[in-house]
Amino acid sequence: MLTLEHVSKTYKVGAFGGGSLVAVREVDFTVAPGEVVSLIGESGSGKSTIGKMILRLISVNGGRILFDGTDISTLKGHELNAYYRAVTGVFQDPFSSFNPVFKVSHVFDMLRGRFGGSVEGRTWDERVGEALESVGLEGGQLLHKYPHQLSGGQLQRLLIARALLLDTKMLVADEVISMLDASTRIDVLNLLGDLKARGLGILFITHDLSLANYISERAVILRRGRAVEIGPTDRVFGNPLHPYTQQLLAAVPRLHEKWGKQIAPEDGAATTCLYHTSPAARDGSGSPRPAMAEIEPGHLVACANVDAHCPDDVAAGTAAVA
Amino acid sequence: MSLQISDLRVYYRTLAGDVKALDGVSLEIADGEIMGLAGESGCGKTTLGNSLVLLDGRMKYISGEVLLDGTPLPIADYEAMQELRWREVSIIPQYSMSALNPTRKIGRMVDELLHSRGRQYKELRAELLRRLELVGLSADILDRYPIELSGGMKQRLVMVISTLLDPSLLIADEITSALDVSSQKAVAQTLVEFRDRKFVRSMIVVTHDVSILYQISDTLAIMYAGRLAEKAPTGVLMEAALHPYTRLLISALPEMGSRFADKRLMGIPGTPPSLLNPPTGCRFRTRCPLADAQCEEQPPMVDVAPGHAVACWKVT
Repeated sequence: MLTLEHVSKTYKVGAFGGGSLVAVREVDFTVAPGEVVSLIGESGSGKSTIGKMILRLISVNGGRILFDGTDISTLKGHELNAYYRAVTGVFQDPFSSFNPVFKVSHVFDMLRGRFGGSVEGRTWDERVGEALESVGLEGGQLLHKYPHQLSGGQLQRLLIARALLLDTKMLVADEVISMLDASTRIDVLNLLGDLKARGLGILFITHDLSLANYISERAVILRRGRAVEIGPTDRVFGNPLHPYTQQLLAAVPRLHEKWGKQIAPEDGAATTCLYHTSPAARDGSGSPRPAMAEIEPGHLVACANVDAHCPDDVAAGTAAVA
Repeated sequence: MSLQISDLRVYYRTLAGDVKALDGVSLEIADGEIMGLAGESGCGKTTLGNSLVLLDGRMKYISGEVLLDGTPLPIADYEAMQELRWREVSIIPQYSMSALNPTRKIGRMVDELLHSRGRQYKELRAELLRRLELVGLSADILDRYPIELSGGMKQRLVMVISTLLDPSLLIADEITSALDVSSQKAVAQTLVEFRDRKFVRSMIVVTHDVSILYQISDTLAIMYAGRLAEKAPTGVLMEAALHPYTRLLISALPEMGSRFADKRLMGIPGTPPSLLNPPTGCRFRTRCPLADAQCEEQPPMVDVAPGHAVACWKVT
């Protein structure tokens, strides 16, 4: 449904935009209907940038984002409106996602004005009621409240209800539960799971590995703007191939298992690189090498030393000698 | 006993009335103990930490007594506390990223801080450098401005500064929340290292992230709506919690390895009560599956085993 092809983003930085910062480098992955893909990365890894590019909040510098086969950067007018109906974003801070002077009911009315089109008032109200019910909220009283009277979990669920109203096909959930309490975050997470069962594709952007592991089918690990490992969640977590993924997993605080004793996270060049030693990456003689090598079915990994020279990169090694 | 708190009440003054953020909390912390303090937002965990260091203008001391190493800690007396802050009790604040003066180089800032406590920078500089090295920061950091450091570096720097005068009690408030997983681990393990090296005698680590506390704390205390629900050694609390709130809270945490498809975790239905007008009796009773008429009376904190205290009628 949603396909990212070599997507890159470079930000202009500095006083006069003289410098540039590559936030996302040639990222490829897809999201299918009824699938939760989690995009995992530390701060500065470009995970939110990817979410914003999908939502067309910022432009794409290189590559394409395809939605049902159409490049989203070409959409205009009606088509763009239809795209915004089909793809909705929910963000980290629910308190700043709402206009504080509007009641909840007004938020939904505005939605009808923009996207509801020909829907009659009464049918719309019924649909609002249904949508609220399916996110576990009760309509009535709630519709007449202001955002500050609601809890973070309720607001976050309202945003998701908004997506349901529009017959959304794809939800970009950017750190949706990091501001919620432990007792309510799991409810919002379960709600995402229920939506998945209804056929929504969900891009779950997070820095929390245990949450990603809980909810998603596939995981994309980002490091400094590059996807270093993509695969089915149980494979990525059960058999991490990239040294960065292994390092992340070792640092996750677990509930029934204590950390090892070493204090500093191990850093430095990896000694073996699955990408450069795998036959998949080697045999494409002449044609450009794919950015990631498939080690197991559906489980892809990038070069272990993305920022430096890789000891197993034979081609580059001989080129340097020559 | 390093710290003894008995029946501490601290309220927030608001236009609508007093918010009873801390309503009768009693606990004890032994020498060398790292106590984790967890709970939902608004349960009073940060208020408890702050009230041991500084009561700001909105906070009103109502009652209760705090003993630090056997001597009373005059928490309601701003001037008397001034002598003890940093020397006896110290805090790593919630937003230590913004706790550094942006207009001073780090070295000068530490100099000024020490001067304000009547200590000489020269005397302590060697120790400062030794401790910076311990947390993986080099000496040239003292000639840099805070803006030149990353979040994790600032966090570790603030940790070193906060503990430079070897306080008896350190309060670490949500120090790992804004960090990435790998720096989270380094910072959390540094806390334990500081305790092991006797830079601080005992510690209260406030966070909402129970899995971090499981890694580093000796005991865990769970707060709910301004009161203590349960306190126990970490292992006991994780494996054999008694209070229904603690049990529900722990069962709601997604663990590495648990999957939505295999086993659906459940949240806790309902929301915590307003602390402006909290209900009588047990404050968890409106959300509690075990609650009945008896719970309209406030349950006392009862010791069920050595070091394991719980406030619930149904399990004691």
